[in-house]
Amino acid sequence: MSDESQEPELPDDLRAMGQRLKDGRKPADSGGFAQSRLTPKQGSALGLAFRVSVELVSALAVGLGIGWLLDEWLDTRPWLMLVFIVLGGAAGIMNVYRMASGYGYAVGYQKQGDANKGGADDDQGTGSVG
Amino acid sequence: MAEKHSPLAQFEIKTLVPIQLGDIDVSFTNSSAFMVATVLTISAFLVLGMRRNAMVPGRWQSIAELSYVFIAGLLKDTVGSEGRAYFPFIFSVFMFVLVGNLWGMVPYSFTFTSHIVVTFAMALFVFIGVTLIALAKHKMHFFSFFMPPGVPMIMAPLLIPIEIISYLSRPISLSVRLFANMLAGHTLLKVFAGFVISLGIVGGWLPLAFVVALTGLEFVIAFLQAFVFTILTCLYLNDALHLH
Repeated sequence: MSDESQEPELPDDLRAMGQRLKDGRKPADSGGFAQSRLTPKQGSALGLAFRVSVELVSALAVGLGIGWLLDEWLDTRPWLMLVFIVLGGAAGIMNVYRMASGYGYAVGYQKQGDANKGGADDDQGTGSVG
Repeated sequence: MAEKHSPLAQFEIKTLVPIQLGDIDVSFTNSSAFMVATVLTISAFLVLGMRRNAMVPGRWQSIAELSYVFIAGLLKDTVGSEGRAYFPFIFSVFMFVLVGNLWGMVPYSFTFTSHIVVTFAMALFVFIGVTLIALAKHKMHFFSFFMPPGVPMIMAPLLIPIEIISYLSRPISLSVRLFANMLAGHTLLKVFAGFVISLGIVGGWLPLAFVVALTGLEFVIAFLQAFVFTILTCLYLNDALHLH
């Protein structure tokens, strides 16, 4: 980060060292490092399955909770709960769809998702977050 | 099996110093003790590591700087330059979860990240904070977040509740992911370790090999889940700062 801001009055040996550091760093930066930082072993199928199930279940649980509370409040048991379970399931599927189609980990609407919708399948839900 | 050797006994909260505030039990527990240990470890690691502040870093300074640069780069990649103001928070979250996970890897220790109360409190804090940032920055425009542009108005009554549920599910998926990973991993370790004892010297070698492998895997998971928690926080922050 700080290697670009070399002050000009540095002694020669330090500048040489800075140059060496910069050279040493170059392959790492231009290579896979910058990318691999955002994709830490996302390929594992188990991890993906776990993420999918958590997204599904959490949205369903939120829908269930909202429906249940609204029912308590409006005294309409069980109708609102039934409606919100369906909505929660839809939200869960939407979460999974977003997660799996290049929107990154993010749940919810994202702008850059529209831009890369065309090539959505090539990156497995990560990497496009930058 | 005796109660003491249950695979879940390691998650038990034990009161160390009972404190009662009115009707609320705010005792200092083993969970609190490990949180304190985590904060002290992080402080010692960063303060002592940076003490010499050498131009050519030593080992500890190198690790401290690496962790800084790692999170700074992550924040820059996901949020952009506006995220810089939130770096202290993101860095603290990452270090707290990571060191908490790693403390949990010490035998006989307590893993506070394996408790849904802890992770959910953290996730809720992130969620509320991020929502407040978005409200402060975008005022009422924030609510357009729940209505993607280009959607016909007919869909709105269906889509807006779905989007709101999807938004509200964030703290749950954020906290459950960390909690479930730590809980499952540590339980699995204990179960396999129990097999080593019950199969004895004859058949115990296979589960022992599993325990060794799982311990390695647990270390990976400790890092990975801290990273995932942090990157999700960054992404939520990114959503809050630039809606669309």
